[in-house]
Amino acid sequence: MPDEKNLCLSGSGLTKVFGFGRQKCVAVDHVDFNFYEGEIVSIVGESGSGKTTLAKILLGLINPTEGEVYFQGTKRDIGTQKKKKEYWKSIQAIFQDPFSSYNIFNKIDAVLLDCIHMRGGRRLPRAEKVALMTEACSFVNLKFEELTNKYPFELSGGQMQRLMIARIFLLRPQILLADEPTSMIDACSRSTILGMLMNLHFETGMTLIFITHDIGLAYYVSDTIYIMEHGKFIESGTPDEVILHPKEAYTRRLINDVPKIHEEWDLSTV
Amino acid sequence: MKHTFQQFFRSGKFVFGFSIFVAILLLTFIYPLIIPDPPLEIVAQGTFFEPGIYVSVYDSLGTTPHTLNLDGAAAKRIASKLNEEDRLAMKEWLVAAGIPENEIDTADTQKLLDLWMDNYDPTENIPGMTNARRNYFIRLNNSLKGLLSTEGAIIAEVNPETGTLEQVDVITQTDYVNINQVANVRVLPFGTDNFGRDVLTELVAATRVSLVIGFVSGTIATLIGLTLGLLAGYIGGVVDDIIMFFTNLFTVIPSFVLLILISFSIGQEQRGAVTIAVVIGLTSWFWTARAVRAQVISLRNRDHVNLSKLSGHSIVHIIITDILPYIASYVIMALILQISAGILAEAQLSILGLGPRTTVVPTLGLMMNWALIYQAQILGKWWAYLPVLVTIALITFSMNLMNTGLDQVFNPALRE
Amino acid sequence: MSNPVMLEVKGLTTKYITRFREDVYAVDHVSLKVEEGKSLGIAGESGCGKSTLALSLMGYYFPPLHYTSGEIIIDGRNISRMDPDDIRRDILGTEISYIPQSAMNALNPTQKIISFIEDVVQAHEPSRTKKDIHDLARKSFEVLGLPAEVLQKYPVELSGGMKQRTVIATSVILSPKVLIADEPSSALDVTSQKMVIKMLKNLLEHGFTKSMIFITHELPLLYNVTDDIMVMYAGQIVEKGTAQEAVFDPLHPYSKGLMGSIIVPEYGLRDVELTAIPGVPPNLKNPPAGCRFAERCKYVRAECEANPVPLHDVGGGRAYRCILSERELRDFYTREAHMREAHQNAG
Repeated sequence: MPDEKNLCLSGSGLTKVFGFGRQKCVAVDHVDFNFYEGEIVSIVGESGSGKTTLAKILLGLINPTEGEVYFQGTKRDIGTQKKKKEYWKSIQAIFQDPFSSYNIFNKIDAVLLDCIHMRGGRRLPRAEKVALMTEACSFVNLKFEELTNKYPFELSGGQMQRLMIARIFLLRPQILLADEPTSMIDACSRSTILGMLMNLHFETGMTLIFITHDIGLAYYVSDTIYIMEHGKFIESGTPDEVILHPKEAYTRRLINDVPKIHEEWDLSTV
Repeated sequence: MKHTFQQFFRSGKFVFGFSIFVAILLLTFIYPLIIPDPPLEIVAQGTFFEPGIYVSVYDSLGTTPHTLNLDGAAAKRIASKLNEEDRLAMKEWLVAAGIPENEIDTADTQKLLDLWMDNYDPTENIPGMTNARRNYFIRLNNSLKGLLSTEGAIIAEVNPETGTLEQVDVITQTDYVNINQVANVRVLPFGTDNFGRDVLTELVAATRVSLVIGFVSGTIATLIGLTLGLLAGYIGGVVDDIIMFFTNLFTVIPSFVLLILISFSIGQEQRGAVTIAVVIGLTSWFWTARAVRAQVISLRNRDHVNLSKLSGHSIVHIIITDILPYIASYVIMALILQISAGILAEAQLSILGLGPRTTVVPTLGLMMNWALIYQAQILGKWWAYLPVLVTIALITFSMNLMNTGLDQVFNPALRE
Repeated sequence: MSNPVMLEVKGLTTKYITRFREDVYAVDHVSLKVEEGKSLGIAGESGCGKSTLALSLMGYYFPPLHYTSGEIIIDGRNISRMDPDDIRRDILGTEISYIPQSAMNALNPTQKIISFIEDVVQAHEPSRTKKDIHDLARKSFEVLGLPAEVLQKYPVELSGGMKQRTVIATSVILSPKVLIADEPSSALDVTSQKMVIKMLKNLLEHGFTKSMIFITHELPLLYNVTDDIMVMYAGQIVEKGTAQEAVFDPLHPYSKGLMGSIIVPEYGLRDVELTAIPGVPPNLKNPPAGCRFAERCKYVRAECEANPVPLHDVGGGRAYRCILSERELRDFYTREAHMREAHQNAG
């Protein structure tokens, strides 16, 4: 991590309320945070804690009811489609379910070409585009020659998720938000995917934001962990602080309820 | 998506429905090539001619006769001439003359005639017989005698010089003409309607017009429903509220009443087939809109749409590439239903006399309307309305079959 | 080994027949044994055949799943060739019970929990009176730590975890000899998962079921729940052993890879380097002739791909499916561990 920490993404008083009246539901409740450049951050929470809503706010897919997002120290402005497009060059995402992340009617080539076009490579000669796509695919251990003219659903879940990483490799955003990137795939593929994300992180120095319910995963990958409950960040800190010495009862419960292998798993606490 | 199209034809229901539909469609194209008469040409003088083959009497006289000696020809001739009333009268006379009732079978023409010839005596009276009745029996006897005679029919012509009748030709009872050699033969498989028009020719033309009405109205309804549903579902918020307000408004007003009011207010002169189709289309889009909106809302939150947004695509691009293909199957199915609903709606409107006003082309609904006005159903002239009913039923049946077939293809839960 | 054997399976093979009339052998010559009071865990990636094995073990086949060969013996009674109707009446629920991942969705939303239990019991024992069933239900709910009020509630009034526990309690109400739980806690949050697990362990302890088969892809969970673990790969068993052995001392290269990918939030995890297995499992429509893992194996040799590899019995209930000897494998693993350590120290 660099000594001098530059602010990458921060939020102050971020709130998102769905519905109104008696059906009002506060999904994100006055959340403040500072994510620094080149950091790996995890936001851990159970389902319904509002972490996916927060992710969508960060991505600019939905607007917060209250509060502001600051991007690289200045207030984020995504009022117009053009400004949004510009913002999305800096922040990209990988979603949980690889099977629903692809448009099943588009071929894999189209998915990757899209990324090249977004980076301003629309006028590149075909051969150069192919070279770029081949490079991206080989980064995630896929062979472009085998993928060309195929549809995403012909791949396995793990391969689809790797293709997502290839997409990010082409886009080179400053921030990558990974929303449960490994929860739908097998344990073996999980290590592969995590390894690739780490490689990408080290190679490009991009900020990684993991949104996850898997506290073990958060502990393994992050520099900073935020624990989220009912739309609020209740605890944050380095992994060792948060996981090995949790302060909040909720965090402690969350950690206790996950099965361990070296330590004894205490079943009497429920 | 070639694979999907192949899948369509794996579904038996779809194939069956599709075959019926294509057969009807082909008929409407091929029939006019064979019989190019205008559909509303009045061919018959009189109403409701029965289905059958009509041979020109004049032409058959001029055609070279062939002699065929066929058994029972005379009996057949008499049988076709003797109606039920005459037979019962003969029986009445015979019973009065003392023949046991159980020996008389009015269905057996030959035996009945034999009994009559043996027993009838014009001088004899049966009790309670009026003079008119007596004369009726004498006439009946005379005509039977004429029928039974073996002489031919004489064709005579007036000699312009002498002014007397001269025999020109004799047509014997064994003379036959080959129908292929007769110059004028008209087959009327479904007879004629009240105006004396060939029902089949009319029906084919009507089917084509009704199909066009169905396609136009179905396409209009589906396009409006699709556009509004997409906008409401994808954009959401105030746009959704406004669109759904109107959609709900239309849903609670019975669309048929609306249809009647609009058709009525258009006025007779402007009501062409296409106008009616447009009116039907404009009053039947809301279910499609609601259904499309529901589908789009569930798609809107899918990750691939989010990802497409993150790739900087515009709303139009996202709707066309990321939403439309997913609901295409649904929209096709809705379109099929809308087409068949359009055809039915036209039939309903026309039967009330609010359908297209046309003197060039008929529609299925108009044919029903005419049959109704001229009381074909009361007079028992089934050929004026039954073929129309069957055609409407076949079209909607085939479309519904295609729809359920497609449902099986698109909906994995219904696959075997 | 004095405990009576509750479930014994010998060479069970079942297949799926696809819509295109292709055979997919999802369970290929699986043999296993579960003793009274014991639990067996089955681990593997998705698509390895573990869920199909669970279905096959019930002896109740419905298309596209078909029985091919092998025997299933429950407490000395061979059920593998029984009539499906007899199985449904005499075996399911009373001898063998099955809990799928979405078991909680089995509850009829318009029925109270108690009438659901009545239905289950009366389907097997029609002579039982309602009062009798109520008593039975209340008693077993009490022992299992479920509040008795649940019985009078509708499914919508219960949380997902509570519904799942209710269904599990119902499934063992007739004291089956074998309970098969297929990912019973995967759809739940961690706290509910823990409660479900606690309950499953209780079931075995209190004799509600005589033995248990637990299927999951989550290895830490399996390690904490079951006595023995079996690892499946591409329809075959590749490793068998106690939970301790399977997790900390795996023999088969695939199990080794699987165990090396475990992530748990405990001290020391951050120093571990996760192992990854490249490639994808083979297509079971057309499985390789030799070792099914050969394509992805680091230690693959020419002879691996020639002939099917038999399950190599090491003794003491341990077995693995590899042509390499136990020593060779261990040597590889030790060398790799050393290299990783050296690499880490250098980095």
